[in-house]
Amino acid sequence: MITDTETYIRDLNKEGNEIAISTDDLHVWYGSHEAIHGVSLAFERFKISALIGASGSGKSTYLRSLNRMNDNIYGTKVLGKIYYRGLNINSDKIDVYEMRKHIGMVFQQPNPFAKSIYDNITFALKQHGERNKEKLDEIVEKTLKQAALWDQVKDKLHTSALALSGGQAQRLCIARAIAMQPDILLMDEPASALDPVSTQAVEDTMVQLKDKYTIIIVTHNMQQAARISDYTAFFHQGDVYEYDRTKNIFLHPHIKLTDDYVSGHFG
Amino acid sequence: MNYKYSKTRRTQLIDRLAYKVFYVIAILIVLILAALLIYILVTGLPHISWHFLTGKSKPFQAGGGIGIQLFNSFYLLILTMLISVPISLGAGIWLSEYAKKNRLTNLIRTTIEILSSLPSVVVGLFGFILFVLQFNLGFSLLSGALALTIFSLPLLTTNVENALQTVHFTQREAGLALGLSRIETVLKIVVPAALPNIVTGMILAAGRVFGEAAALIYTAGQSAPAISFSNWNIFDLSSFLSPFRPAETLAVHIWKVNSEGLIPDASSVSAGASAVLIIAVLLFNFIARYLSNRIYQHMTGVKS
Repeated sequence: MITDTETYIRDLNKEGNEIAISTDDLHVWYGSHEAIHGVSLAFERFKISALIGASGSGKSTYLRSLNRMNDNIYGTKVLGKIYYRGLNINSDKIDVYEMRKHIGMVFQQPNPFAKSIYDNITFALKQHGERNKEKLDEIVEKTLKQAALWDQVKDKLHTSALALSGGQAQRLCIARAIAMQPDILLMDEPASALDPVSTQAVEDTMVQLKDKYTIIIVTHNMQQAARISDYTAFFHQGDVYEYDRTKNIFLHPHIKLTDDYVSGHFG
Repeated sequence: MNYKYSKTRRTQLIDRLAYKVFYVIAILIVLILAALLIYILVTGLPHISWHFLTGKSKPFQAGGGIGIQLFNSFYLLILTMLISVPISLGAGIWLSEYAKKNRLTNLIRTTIEILSSLPSVVVGLFGFILFVLQFNLGFSLLSGALALTIFSLPLLTTNVENALQTVHFTQREAGLALGLSRIETVLKIVVPAALPNIVTGMILAAGRVFGEAAALIYTAGQSAPAISFSNWNIFDLSSFLSPFRPAETLAVHIWKVNSEGLIPDASSVSAGASAVLIIAVLLFNFIARYLSNRIYQHMTGVKS
């Protein structure tokens, strides 16, 4: 759709910036409806990239394609290439379960398991073969601290996670995702179901996580994108219209449509 | 203005009337149930004694007990659940988690619905032809358990499927996003989350199975031969554990005593046995509630 992206990717490469994940001409079909019309984007490592756009613009669909969560939706077809560490992961030969350990996801609705706080974090690790109790304890403490939840739950690690508030539950889900030590964290409107205070806490968490993780976040909240992200991609009707440093998107957009959207004229 | 006012009054009136009608209907149902329970308990309880609960039934004389029948009912229930719980879990999980939305799945669902509305006497006669005659199992606990499996499978399968469906799809996504496989997600996340509902449904189904008579008359049989509680050889017909022995259950005993019983105290025996049956079924219900609350509390830390 736009040449900006290609230039941008070339620039990224020239500057020697490391790319965490990229897509090349990605199309997503829901049955006979094409939701994404060939999107090519590259995301820099250890940065927060925001995907913005109106409802139905395809940003969530795109995000969910990156770790192939759309595989589970009946009738969905994803065509094109998704490169992760030089490997096209949109292929039948890829072990999706292994891949998802490297590309984690946090969802819109906090979805802790009906288990204890401790088990929420350690469950998947145990399934993947980690049995060392001390190591698990250590991971629980570390990830809960990273998710800014440790102080609130350290005395009730073995009580049910379902008793947590929405904001706490979402931070537990973030802790659970980073416990897998993924490279990339995909976040699908992680704060949209939360109150302002919890939103603040989740945003702080994300900014802290940037040192160690590449974060791609879908958000409806312009201020949120402006506050925390380094890069922003503007989605419209299944295409990316503009992708640039966040500052440029919000202050000097190249396209009028982008300007209209970020200044709240539609969407 | 006047018109509008009167209309509001009318709506309020209808609203209040509807509330009262539903209230009366609800009370009526509770009253009928309470009357039934009280009648059965009041007529039955005086006949219940230790001797009655453990004694052997008598063919012609008064003063017989229901010991063997009571044991048979519980043992048959255990056998039935041993067969039907694993099958219904498998079928329910498949229907809820794996089955594609196509004609085959629809056909299977319709079949299960039809199966669940089969009259139990038809299930009994079918069991008689297939298990008792064709498979040559004779009148036996095993024939009865298989017939009851046919009777309870649709109930249990639907219960498992519904329980799994109440688990939000975000739970499955959460598991998959952590790199868990589908089967790991289903067995270790979805099924445990649905456990309170699954357990409740199973115990309630157990209550239905426990009180079933028609499906057993021609399968588990109408006789309760003496059994030895010290004989642990399950292949010996006199062993209490043998699934190959004929076994009249409590519900069948009630039917038998009333329809073709020769004992002079038939009415008191059947009243006592009915009370025992009702108490057992009530116990199942209370246990179901208690267990599901406990599991829910354990999982959520919240009292429901």
